[in-house]
Amino acid sequence: MLNERIKPIVMPKWGLSMSEGKVTGWLKEPGSPISIGDELLEVETDKITNVVEAGESGILRRVLGEPGNIYPVKTLIAVVADPDVPEDDIDAFIASYAAPSGDEDEEDEDAAPRYLFTETAVGTIRYARRGEGAARVLLIHGFGGDLDNWLFNIDALAENATVYALDLPGHGQSTKSLPEASLKGLAAATRAFMEAVSIDKAHLVGHSMGGAVAMTLALEAPDSVASLSLICPAGLGQEINGNYIDGFVSAASRRELKPVVENLFADPGLVSRQMIDDLLKYKRLDGVNDTLRALASAMFDDGTQQDVLAGSIKDTDIPRLVVWGELDRVIPVAHASALDSAARVEVIPNAGHMVQMEASGKVNALLKEQIGRKA
Amino acid sequence: MSRKISMKQAINEALDLEMSRDPTVILMGEDIVGGTGAPGEKDAWGGVLGVTKGLYGKHGDRLMDTPLSESAYIGAAIGAATCGLRPVAELMFIDFMGVCFDQIFNQAAKFRYMFGGKAETPVVIRGMVGAGFRAAAQHSQMLTPIFTHVPGLKVVCPSNAYDAKGLLIQSIRDNDPVIFCEHKALYGFEMDVPRESYAIPFGEANVLRDGDDVTLVSYGLTVHRAMAAAEILAQEKIEAEVIDLRTLSPIDRDTIIDSVERTGRLVVIDEAHPRCNIATDISAHVCQHAFGALKAGVQMVTAPHTPVPFSPVLEDLYIPSAEAIAAAARRTMGITAADQTVAA
Amino acid sequence: MLDNPFPLNKTDLLKAYRTMRTIREFEERLHVDFAKGDIPGFVHLYAGEEACATGIMMHLNDNDRIASTHRGHGHCIAKGVDVHEMMAEIYGRATGACRGKGGSMHIADLSKGMMGANGILGAGGPLACGAALAAKHRKDGGVGITFVGDGASNQGMFLESLNLAAVWNLPVVFVVENNGYAEATAMEWAVSCDSYIDRATGFGLPGVTVDGTDFFAVHEAAGEIIRRAREGGGPALLECKMARFYGHFEGDAQTYRAKGEIEDLRANRDCIKLMAARLKEAGLAAQEELDVIDQEVAALIEDAVRAAKAAPLPQPADLLQDVYVAY
Repeated sequence: MLNERIKPIVMPKWGLSMSEGKVTGWLKEPGSPISIGDELLEVETDKITNVVEAGESGILRRVLGEPGNIYPVKTLIAVVADPDVPEDDIDAFIASYAAPSGDEDEEDEDAAPRYLFTETAVGTIRYARRGEGAARVLLIHGFGGDLDNWLFNIDALAENATVYALDLPGHGQSTKSLPEASLKGLAAATRAFMEAVSIDKAHLVGHSMGGAVAMTLALEAPDSVASLSLICPAGLGQEINGNYIDGFVSAASRRELKPVVENLFADPGLVSRQMIDDLLKYKRLDGVNDTLRALASAMFDDGTQQDVLAGSIKDTDIPRLVVWGELDRVIPVAHASALDSAARVEVIPNAGHMVQMEASGKVNALLKEQIGRKA
Repeated sequence: MSRKISMKQAINEALDLEMSRDPTVILMGEDIVGGTGAPGEKDAWGGVLGVTKGLYGKHGDRLMDTPLSESAYIGAAIGAATCGLRPVAELMFIDFMGVCFDQIFNQAAKFRYMFGGKAETPVVIRGMVGAGFRAAAQHSQMLTPIFTHVPGLKVVCPSNAYDAKGLLIQSIRDNDPVIFCEHKALYGFEMDVPRESYAIPFGEANVLRDGDDVTLVSYGLTVHRAMAAAEILAQEKIEAEVIDLRTLSPIDRDTIIDSVERTGRLVVIDEAHPRCNIATDISAHVCQHAFGALKAGVQMVTAPHTPVPFSPVLEDLYIPSAEAIAAAARRTMGITAADQTVAA
Repeated sequence: MLDNPFPLNKTDLLKAYRTMRTIREFEERLHVDFAKGDIPGFVHLYAGEEACATGIMMHLNDNDRIASTHRGHGHCIAKGVDVHEMMAEIYGRATGACRGKGGSMHIADLSKGMMGANGILGAGGPLACGAALAAKHRKDGGVGITFVGDGASNQGMFLESLNLAAVWNLPVVFVVENNGYAEATAMEWAVSCDSYIDRATGFGLPGVTVDGTDFFAVHEAAGEIIRRAREGGGPALLECKMARFYGHFEGDAQTYRAKGEIEDLRANRDCIKLMAARLKEAGLAAQEELDVIDQEVAALIEDAVRAAKAAPLPQPADLLQDVYVAY
């Protein structure tokens, strides 16, 4: 029988489409003591590079994943154990560790399709659903984003909630048309989605423009909102990086888009070839750029946010959390204080506008706390 | 929403979507329907390799079979394009340009300029290119450099299904004549392709693989050979960046220069003959504009200066191989065959 | 006053006369100015052949398309291309019909249905088929007309067009302007069959031969063929036997022609003189009326030359303009 004090570190599965990852480097030496939340290693996927944090504490007894090598998700790449566990036990653990087979993965996919589609009043909406918890969470991405913006968050939040993430109309693989290209139109579409998948009430987590969508929805239908978690949200002040918005809409090539997208991250090195490729594939679809242009002109005309909702939101009694990347280059971090004491505010250092990706561990912890709170 | 389809299906889908979107889009070519006037069924072929199969059932007489008469129907497509239609003419094998080239390079290519910018010729001429089909000297050529040489023609050569669909849609929407080169060996190659319409702009190369040691540039079938070469090189700890040109006119030189400025080494792969081809063109440009960045002489891997041979053993030698590309990359790294033996 | 024996009213007849005179004056003037060295490149003159272009084009509107030849000035004028823009183009000016990019051999004005003069002999056949195909697709009753000389009537692409037009039943008319010479080679030697009617028949379309110096004959035959094409009756071939007053191009010494041949043509087969005589004979126009038209035409051409010479030249930056819509 295996020693329960031996814990595996495996190649993580981030998001819905990751099948393998490359170990780019270890941030802890074998033999180091580690505690929960420590940064263990960096893993590169075809979409993005991210840090794997320790979910266990103990001594990093073995490092199996070699830098430069690619491993399928769930492959054993390290072993953590207490100092007094004998080497032989660790060898036995490694020898008997059952790496997931490809077949199993297939079955997984059959059991829970990675992406779902639903017909709503505004057209087809693509979404993902993870977890079985009683609490319902709805993740709303930002301008030009899609549900994969939550790839480092959705599974973590699903540990004790049912988490939905949708593609807003005009985004991802949802309908490309949006009859009313405005915040109200997006909020109405989000409500139509909630209705279509029978969510009466949810904890809304909105990033950037998605934050403003969440706030608009909360103001229009407060009863359907359990809490608001706003990540670098629009809607709390007038300023927004107009060059980013214009650049994102007008960029037609890799060379044009890459410098624009780098604005989203504190570390521009995170912008991978695949990320840009995926964005271009999305932007090339008929109708997308028209919708983005219409949304930009309705909401962010001339580099100014047209809808500032801070005042109204303060007057509601919905619990709220504001999380901001300190180095946000799209919406100023100064807006984090717009709700004064009416919100819990957390500014995360060394992270930019995509703070939920760049500091996913910290953001996930804050979101779990917010969702777990009694309203 | 996307699903896996072949390049042949992607081309069919692009034609279908554009015909549905725009009633001025018409298709013509030899047996693109098949069976016209014959006693049996119509839509018997859908093109000699079945690329247009099924479109007749949806779009009817907007697909027109033609007599074996390339000069007349390619010219008619060009004439109709100047009169408000958007014809897509299929030149079965690109080799048949020989019997209709005047209409392509003296007529279609010239109108906009020669008429002072007052004429538009939104015609697409699709043709199969490339070797590997045991089709011998008159049905296997690339000929892309010949079209690329002519101002006024846009030249496209996709390497995969996603690109083929987006580039063909762009070709049909483009207001200039486009020569759309389909490598017949890639028709069966499958990949994820969105169901929706999308257009890939011309003049934007695709970077298929990142690498800091050497830049491999190609288009069409040999993109796949370059990727295979990159895998071989990776085993030897040489990281190759692979660039797929997608369009040859316009050509994305900036992406190549950016890459070479980082890697300092360039291998250009072209299935066309070695003289005055895409590889020589890119080599010359890089030598002129990024000479300082080069750490080694530019290497070119091309087909030989021969017609395409028939016998499979010879034809297999004719097309640039992954090993030949890897060897060229090693030469830019200063690694000789002798080094290889020692390493082995 | 006699009854009008023609199927055209006086206004139209005088319009036709004016068109023919405009072509003649335009070409005669180019002949003179070319010799002076004022005009770059080379020009092929339509003088003597005016009745053909005019008789046919009177049946067409701007929605009908023509694909012309290297000898295209007459087709342009008869199709309504602006004479000032044509002259400026021939002078290589920025104000030319093609902004100085085309020259004599490539004058085009698609807004008038003029798809372009063409330096490639026989190339207009497929292009006119395309124009006819577009008209057929739109069901707008438009027709495509292509002109070839007797020389280009041997081109493969022209012959292929005859077959394609018949197979697709296109509203297209193939006009063979037979002036007896393919450049310097005799039609009798270079064209293998005796009659263009036979050649048309071989491709399954009707052929008609008319005296191309007789405006009325051309007008009548073309009218019937074009009406038939418009109504879905399919393509046809019209051979017009022409009289070429000048050489293949300006500067051609024409030593291959018979002694006295041109003088005879000018004296006895000048289509304008023949038409004027018929008009006067029928009492439809007095010499004075025709003189007024002649003077107005002369003034128009004089003004076109003056304006062309005064017009701005293209700028160096124009060299790189208009190769692609975007690039």
